[in-house]
Amino acid sequence: MSTQAAATTVRSSIVVEASIERAFSVFTEDFGSFKPREHNMLEVDIAETVFEPRVGGHLYDRGVDGSECRWARVLAYEPPERVVFSWDISPQWQIETDVDKTSEVEVRFIAETPERTRVELEHRNLDRHGDGWEGVREGVGGDEGWPLYLRRFSEVLS
Amino acid sequence: MVTYQGDGWTALGDPTRRAIFELLADRPRAVGELASDLPVSRPAVSQHLKVLKEAGLVMDRAEGTRRIYRLDPDGLAALRSNLERFWGRALVAYKATVEQSTKEDR
Repeated sequence: MSTQAAATTVRSSIVVEASIERAFSVFTEDFGSFKPREHNMLEVDIAETVFEPRVGGHLYDRGVDGSECRWARVLAYEPPERVVFSWDISPQWQIETDVDKTSEVEVRFIAETPERTRVELEHRNLDRHGDGWEGVREGVGGDEGWPLYLRRFSEVLS
Repeated sequence: MVTYQGDGWTALGDPTRRAIFELLADRPRAVGELASDLPVSRPAVSQHLKVLKEAGLVMDRAEGTRRIYRLDPDGLAALRSNLERFWGRALVAYKATVEQSTKEDR
């Protein structure tokens, strides 16, 4: 795994021992299996995470009580090579309803051999989230937002 | 780190500062160049640059009589570090998932 950075972009890539078709299908169909439970804006535990396989679809979590949280919009869906979705999550780990304040994630799948695939992820336009940060932060308090969430996230996985 | 990052997001909460930030992401510029590209006065640009500098997002250096501003790579690294970690971890978990399911299918 490698991670590089540009001004308002995060890039990360990994090579998996699987065909490009499998790499793509696991990323989209099984997103909930590698997305940690802490990535949860619902009031209850997540029963499943759904990645709707079409442009205009959503990525959403369904809670055990049937409630739903749509946190991304599918912007491009080109199996098995590419998928792009928005990141409608504010730095406070709340749903961002203003699309001008959302960033986007592009994932590319590149076959290195029939059984090995490179997955390149780019999360870009991060500066768009900056607008509105200040007002929400005053109400929430500096330690309740994204940084806190990510600390918990890394504790779970490490 | 958390406080520092909050400062960075706060600094980018202002539309003019985001515009300055984007111009500097393109290439380093002097205050006068920024002012000519934006609908704000030169003193206003200087004030915004001061906020961005205090947030660790931009840095400056003297070049003759001008001050040239550019993005501070260390400050940006701090701003992005959470998401880098997020996706880094997610891809590691993804690799484990995809390779496990590959084995099960064989």
